Amino acid sequence: MAAPALERPTAPAGTQTVTIAKGLNLGLRAAMERDPKVLVMGEDVGKLGGVFRVTDGLQKDFGEHRVLDTPLAESGIIGTAIGLAIRGYRPVCEIQFDGFIFPGFDQIVSQLAKLHFRSQGRLKMPVVVRVPFGGGIGAVEHHSESPESLFAHIGGLKVVSCSNAVDAYWMLQQAIECDDPVLFFEPKRRYYEKAELDPAAEPAPLFSSRVLRQGSSLTLATYGPMVRTCLEAANAAEEDGHDLEVVDLRTLSPLDLGPVYESVRRTGRLVVVSEAPPEASITSEIATRVQQECFYSLEAPVLRTTGFDTPYPPSKLEEGFLPDLDRVLDAVDRSLAF
Amino acid sequence: MSPERWTREGHSGEATDTGPPAATAAKPTREQVIAGLRATSEGGADLVQLLTPEGERVSHPDFDIDVTDAQLRDLYRDMVLVRRTDREGNALQRQGQLGIWVPLLGQEAAQIGAGRALKPQDMAFPSYREHGVAWCRGLDPTEVLGIFRGTDHGSWDPMATGFHLYTIVIGNQCLNAAGYAMGQRFDGRVGDDDGEATMVFFGDGATSQGDVHEAMVWAAVYDAPLVFFCQNNQWAISEPTERQSRVPLYQRASGYGFPGIRVDGNDVLASLAVSKWALDECRHGNGPVLVEAFTYRMDAHTTSDDATRYRLADELEAWKLKDPIERLRVHLVREQIAGQDFFDSVEAESDELAARFRDYCFNLTDPPPQRMFSQVYAEQTPQLAEQEREYLRYLDSFADESLAGGVH
Ligand SMILES: Cc1ncc(C[n+]2csc(CCOP(=O)(O)OP(=O)(O)O)c2C)c(N)n1
Repeated sequence: MAAPALERPTAPAGTQTVTIAKGLNLGLRAAMERDPKVLVMGEDVGKLGGVFRVTDGLQKDFGEHRVLDTPLAESGIIGTAIGLAIRGYRPVCEIQFDGFIFPGFDQIVSQLAKLHFRSQGRLKMPVVVRVPFGGGIGAVEHHSESPESLFAHIGGLKVVSCSNAVDAYWMLQQAIECDDPVLFFEPKRRYYEKAELDPAAEPAPLFSSRVLRQGSSLTLATYGPMVRTCLEAANAAEEDGHDLEVVDLRTLSPLDLGPVYESVRRTGRLVVVSEAPPEASITSEIATRVQQECFYSLEAPVLRTTGFDTPYPPSKLEEGFLPDLDRVLDAVDRSLAF
Repeated sequence: MSPERWTREGHSGEATDTGPPAATAAKPTREQVIAGLRATSEGGADLVQLLTPEGERVSHPDFDIDVTDAQLRDLYRDMVLVRRTDREGNALQRQGQLGIWVPLLGQEAAQIGAGRALKPQDMAFPSYREHGVAWCRGLDPTEVLGIFRGTDHGSWDPMATGFHLYTIVIGNQCLNAAGYAMGQRFDGRVGDDDGEATMVFFGDGATSQGDVHEAMVWAAVYDAPLVFFCQNNQWAISEPTERQSRVPLYQRASGYGFPGIRVDGNDVLASLAVSKWALDECRHGNGPVLVEAFTYRMDAHTTSDDATRYRLADELEAWKLKDPIERLRVHLVREQIAGQDFFDSVEAESDELAARFRDYCFNLTDPPPQRMFSQVYAEQTPQLAEQEREYLRYLDSFADESLAGGVH
């Protein structure tokens, strides 16, 4: 998708340092100012500004009919967003935590994903569903899950995940401009990490992956909260003389594996990193395609560092569940040892 | 308003004397809607109350109850001890000992009244704030700590205690409770005083969830012995009850074909009386019943919440005057049912309990890494067994390393 041609009435002037949460907030604000049909809806998004304050101040500035504190029902949030979209609105739904998307799963899978197809393109579904996802924040059950593969599996949905404040700002606006439904996964444990945002700079296209760090020994492909972990692992590996390339996938459906193939053809090795359970997941998909496309370039099997095929454990065990720098490096070592 | 009106045959769909619009075909008038909304925020004329905020005993034509002095003292003790552990939970979170705490401050009477109405053969399905009901089911208060410290997802045996695990996904437990209650009926365990019943706990926000609606449909059409116990504490995090409904919540029951009763949730006697009645109806096969305990969340939603962003201080002050513990204390003193000795001894007991609660928390050990892989399935899969072996081997490699580091 081409970068949107944007007038940016409130785009903050000049470069500023923002967190991911703030980047999302500014992105929403810019989209709402640009298009009066953009709505924000969800539980506690109004007065409270969302439990992570991503929608902070929006209701005050745009009013109760642009920023809807909805009744407590996810199926209701998604289902009514679909109706609003049919009516010409562009709803941005907030799901409070990953584990609470499931009451809305039926509407997402049965209607949101399929209406464009069912209506032979007569109905557009420009709905964004924002999901703070992933673990590492010491939360109780249902607050740390990574269900993105479930959505990537569904035809008709687009699935993306940002990993830094600049992408947060741009990708959210681009997702809102997209006429297809976009599941927008936000790395909640990175919400307060900062980056330099220059609203005048040209954004990368939404459905594209990006090489964040160049290297020649091995490729790490990852997304969302694990991007930072992989960058740290690459820095650590450098001390051991290994030069790792890190690709931020950014889009999970459609996958943009071109940069990954290209990278693997140079490095000969790939480790895919994700917090999600491995079975039948986005990481399995990547491993399959890379071995099909890059078979003769591979020096080692594609390896994965992921969560486990278990329910997310109590938080005192999450350190073991989540890939960390050491587990990533362990996979790197195993790959290099082939 | 008499309970007899709600027998299956006699139930007209008109659940209150003020004539709710629910079952009439005509659209509610503007006045009716406004009256409904006011009742949403002020309790309304249908509120069952047996103890006024000033601690005076009043009677009610349908829901009166005989309680001995000893029982009154016990109810007081229950509420004080439960509040004390709740406050301790809050403090432990502030000290970094717990990841989060979900306070029940203000909801003690609703929970103790409901909890003490349950019989051993009954089953309770809690949400996540039901520390008072847990207490009534015989759980030690320390048993919920692991959830909030992150060492487990619930340490108690649901079947042995008659208390299901806490449920965090809003409304899910209502359908599970409906199914359990259907089972009680299918097993022929309803019909007399010794019959079984189930009680499910959820909040005012939860009433918007499809699961809760579906649970009401199921319970109704299968005549399940299920008491829906809604604690309307006025807020779902930042959203007021008006954001969930335009009629008082208890009135919704008539649309499903069973009685709905609103009880003063800050009045432990009324909560006990109405819960007993509702459970007995279910025991005898006349369920389901919806009870709306009209109460107030006096603390933030959880320790992660900032209630000052959405709630007015005045509102909190007004509700403090209805404090459930204070009103029973005043009653006990005024009627000379309890003297200073009693209050002192409850205070001393709560100090001891708080200390034990704290100690237990400090000493909770983290589960071993194997826990992650155990009990995922009744029959372990080869795949998971392999993931466990791999992971333990990986952990072992560190043990070797640190040993090696020590040697060299
Ligand atoms: C399905 C689902 N959506 C969202 C949440 C996040 N959440 C936790 S508690 C809560 C408010 C619940 O309000 P209410 O049902 O009134 O119960 P209360 O906490 O006030 O007792 C919300 C939105 C959740 N736990 N589950």
